[in-house]
Amino acid sequence: MRSLMHLAEKTNATLDHMHSDSTVRNTLTMQNDGWLTTTLAEVKNRADVILAIGTDIATSHPRFFEKAVWNTESLFHKPTPEVIYLGVPAEKTKAGTSPNGTAPTVIDANADKLPEIINALNALLNNKLNNKKIKEESAGGVSVATLMALVNQLKAAKYAVIVWSASSFKFSHAELTIQSITQLINLLNESTRAAGLPLNSGDGDSSVNNTSTWLSGYPTRNRYVDGKPEYDTYHLSTDKLASSSDALLWVSTFNPHSPPATTAPTIVIGHPATKFERQPEVFIPVGVPGIDHIGLMFRLDSSITLPLKKLRDSQLPKLSDVIHQIEAALSSVEK
Amino acid sequence: MITLLKNGRIYDPAHVKDGVVEDIYIHQGRIVPKPMDEAKISQTYDLKGKVVMAGAIDMHSHIGGGKMNIARMMLPEYQQKQLQEIKNSTDHEVHICTPHCSHHAVPSATDTGFRYIEMGYTAAFEPAILPANARQAHLEMGDTPMIDKGGYAMLGNDDYFLRLISQKADQKTINDYVAWILHATQAIGIKVVNPGGINAFKFNQRKQDLDENNVHYQVSPREILQRLSRAVHELGIAKPLHVHCNNLGVAGNFETTLNTMGASDGLPMHLTHIQFHSYGTEGDKKFSSAAAQIAEALNKNKHITADVGQILFNQTVTASGDTMMQHLNAKHANPKKSVIMDIECDAGCGVVPFKYRDQNYVNALQWAIGLELFLSVEDPWRIFLTTDHPNGAPFTSYPHLIRLLMDKTFRNDAFAKLNLDAQAMSNLTSLEREYTLYEIAIMTRAGAAKLIGLNDCGHLGFGAQADITVYTDQPDREAMFAKPDYVFKNGELVVKDGKVSKVVWGATHTAKPSFDTTIEKDLQSYFDKYLTMQVGNFKIADDEISDDGRGKIITNQKKS
Repeated sequence: MRSLMHLAEKTNATLDHMHSDSTVRNTLTMQNDGWLTTTLAEVKNRADVILAIGTDIATSHPRFFEKAVWNTESLFHKPTPEVIYLGVPAEKTKAGTSPNGTAPTVIDANADKLPEIINALNALLNNKLNNKKIKEESAGGVSVATLMALVNQLKAAKYAVIVWSASSFKFSHAELTIQSITQLINLLNESTRAAGLPLNSGDGDSSVNNTSTWLSGYPTRNRYVDGKPEYDTYHLSTDKLASSSDALLWVSTFNPHSPPATTAPTIVIGHPATKFERQPEVFIPVGVPGIDHIGLMFRLDSSITLPLKKLRDSQLPKLSDVIHQIEAALSSVEK
Repeated sequence: MITLLKNGRIYDPAHVKDGVVEDIYIHQGRIVPKPMDEAKISQTYDLKGKVVMAGAIDMHSHIGGGKMNIARMMLPEYQQKQLQEIKNSTDHEVHICTPHCSHHAVPSATDTGFRYIEMGYTAAFEPAILPANARQAHLEMGDTPMIDKGGYAMLGNDDYFLRLISQKADQKTINDYVAWILHATQAIGIKVVNPGGINAFKFNQRKQDLDENNVHYQVSPREILQRLSRAVHELGIAKPLHVHCNNLGVAGNFETTLNTMGASDGLPMHLTHIQFHSYGTEGDKKFSSAAAQIAEALNKNKHITADVGQILFNQTVTASGDTMMQHLNAKHANPKKSVIMDIECDAGCGVVPFKYRDQNYVNALQWAIGLELFLSVEDPWRIFLTTDHPNGAPFTSYPHLIRLLMDKTFRNDAFAKLNLDAQAMSNLTSLEREYTLYEIAIMTRAGAAKLIGLNDCGHLGFGAQADITVYTDQPDREAMFAKPDYVFKNGELVVKDGKVSKVVWGATHTAKPSFDTTIEKDLQSYFDKYLTMQVGNFKIADDEISDDGRGKIITNQKKS
C-alpha cells in the first residue's frame, strides 16, 4: 500500500478500495459521532453477551466463534457468552450454537427494518434510564417486549459486545444506523461496560485504510493533486470514476477479484488466477502476500498488525516490487 | 570531506558552553576535532553572530500509533477547510500561534517529520506505545522522515503485569517481563498511564486514586508505580519510568500528584504533562492553580523530573491511553465526538477533540498553570518543554511557547487578555523570570538527551551525531525558533531558511537491557491461552525497522 500511495502521488491518481463502500459507512459514523469499540482479546476474555446485528459473523469471519467466543479458559473465569442475533435469518445462525449445545437467541427481524429497530432499542434504553413508559407494541416488526428483554440483557451484562458489519447493511444511509448502534453503546456505558466490534470486509481493507491515513492524513477515498492529498468519500468512489477516468489500475493480491467494468484502459496487478470478462490492456500476475512472500496486515479490529509469512517458493513477483519498477520507469520517462 | 561551521555562538549545556564563539567540524555525520589537514575541509558555513545548538529533542510527543491514526481518521476537517479557518480565525484568542504555526493537530507522518525538522527538532519520542499496537507505531514512525524517533512502551494496565503483581511475583520476574517488553516493542523507555486505571475502567470502575485497589486484582496504583520504577531502575534503563498520574484533569488532583512523587521510594520517576495534574479546588469555581505546591515539591524531590504539557488556545485533539478519564472528558468534546477503545487486555485509547479558549475560566487558568510551573521550577535539567502534542497544543506551537518563556512583556500582555476570573486566580505576572537561550538549550536538548539516555544526541561534543540547528538571534524569539537558518541532520544540510532542502530518514532509538529469557515460556502459554495472537508475532524483529533501506536501530547503553 505504501508503494501504491507513492505511485498515486506521482501520477495524480485517485485511490479507492474495492470494499470501501462498507469502510466509508463506518468512517462516516466515526467522523460524525465517534464510537466506543473493543478488540478480539477483550472479547475473548470479557464478553458475557454478544449481540450480532444484521450479520451472522461466521460467513465473513469463519473462525470468530472458535477463536474468541467458545474459549473455555479466560482471564476472569467468565461464563461462555450468550449469543444473540438480531435481523439474521435463523438458518445462518448455527455458528452461534455453543459447543455444549446452547442455542443462540435469534430475534427474527427483517434486515431492512434494522434502522427502525435499533432506534427503538435506543428509545427503550433512554426511557428505562428516565423511567418512562412506552405506548407502542412493536417496532420494525419486533414486539416491544422482545426488544425490552434485549435492552435489559445488555444493561445487565458486565461486558456486552455489539458486532456489526457495514457491508451487510444493504439499505441507504447505513451510516446513520451504525451511528444508532454506537449511540446505544454509549448509553449502555453510562452505567455498565459495553463495546462495539465493527467487522471489516477483507482484502486488506483495514490495512489500506490505516496506511492511507498516516501517509496522506486521510482514510480511503482520496486522491493526490500535485502532491497534495484531497479527501472525498462521495465523489472519489470507483463507481463514480470508473467511466470518466483515463486509466484504471486494479490491484487484488489476496483473491482473484476481477476489475469493475469500464471502458478506460485497464491495468491489473493481481492474483494469478484472476479471470476476466474483458481482457485488460495489461495483466501482471503477482504472488499472494502471506503465501508467496512476506507482508503485513491489519487485523479486523484495526489495532493489531500482524506479519504475514512466506509459505512457499514462488516465481511470482511481489506487488511492491512491481510498483517500484513502474515508478522507476515513470521517472526515467519524465527525464 | 569535512564540513566546517565557523564562528557560531555555541549553546551546548552538556559542555557548559553558553554562547562561546567556536568552530564545529563535521566528518561522516559526526562532530570531530579540528582536523590536522585543513585542506580536507570541503565546505564552510560562516555563522558569525548566529546561535548554534544541537538539534532539539522532543521527549514527549504523540507522533505514531493507533490513537493518532484514529484522530486523523476522525478529523479530516483539520486538514481540509477547517485548517484554513483555524489559521484565519477571527476569535480574539490571545495567541493563536501566528504566523509560523499551522496549528495542525494531526499531521500525516510525512508532515510530522517536515514540521519538526523545519523548527530545528531532530528527534521526537512517542510516549505511549501500546505493546499490542507497537508494530503500527513503528510503521508510522518509519514513514516519518527527517527525524530520529523512539518510544516508551505502556505497561501497568496490562492483565499479564497485574496478574503477576496480584500473584505476588518476585521483582526479578517483573524485571524480566519489563525487559522482554522493551525488546519486543523496540522501545527505549517504559510508561505507565493512569496506573491501573485503564484496566479498572474495563471492570467498570470510573475513578481510581493512588491507594485505591483495582476491584479484580486488588492492586493499587502505588504498588504498580513501585514495581515498575524499581524494574526500570534495576534493569539499568536510563529513561526513568514515565508516569501519567491518576486523576488527570480533575480539580484537586495536585494531591494525587504530590503523593505520586513519593510512590517510588526515592527511585527516579518522570511525571509527564504535569500541568494537567496541578489543579486545586479553591475559589468560587472550585478550580484553582496548584502550580506553586507542585513546583515546590519538584524543587525539593530531586529524583523527580517532569514535562509541562502546556496548553495553548485553539482547536486541537486530545489522544491518550487513559480511557477512564477520556470517557469522562468526552462530554466536553469539541466538536462533539470521541473514540474510546479497549485494546487486547493490554490497555486502551481515547481520542477526544478539544478547543481551548482564552475566555473560558478553566482553559485560561490551565494556560497560566503551565507557565507558572515552567517559571517556578528552578532546575531546567528537570523540567521539559512539551505541549503533550497534540493534547495541549500541536508541537508546531513550540516557538510561540518559547517566546512566552523568554519574554516577560509578551507573556504579561497575553495574560492580560485572558478570562478575568482566571487572571484573578493566578500569580503569573509576579513571576519575573525569563528563560535564557542556555536554559532553552538545556530543556530542549541537553536535558532531554540526558533524561532519555541518548549518548550521542543533544550535545555538540566530539563524537556526537552532527544534528545541529543554526538560528539568527532575534528579539522575537517565536520568529527565531520557528525558522532556523540551517538544520544539519547527521552532518547533512537538510533545512535552509526554515524549509526542507533534502529528505533524509532518521534512526529509531531503543534500549535493550539483558534479561532472563525463560520468562518467554510463561508468556507463550499466556498468549496461547488468553490472547489472540502468537507470542512470536507480538515481537517486532530488528529487520522490520531496518530492512526497508531507510530505517536504522540505535541501541543506547546507559552510561555508568
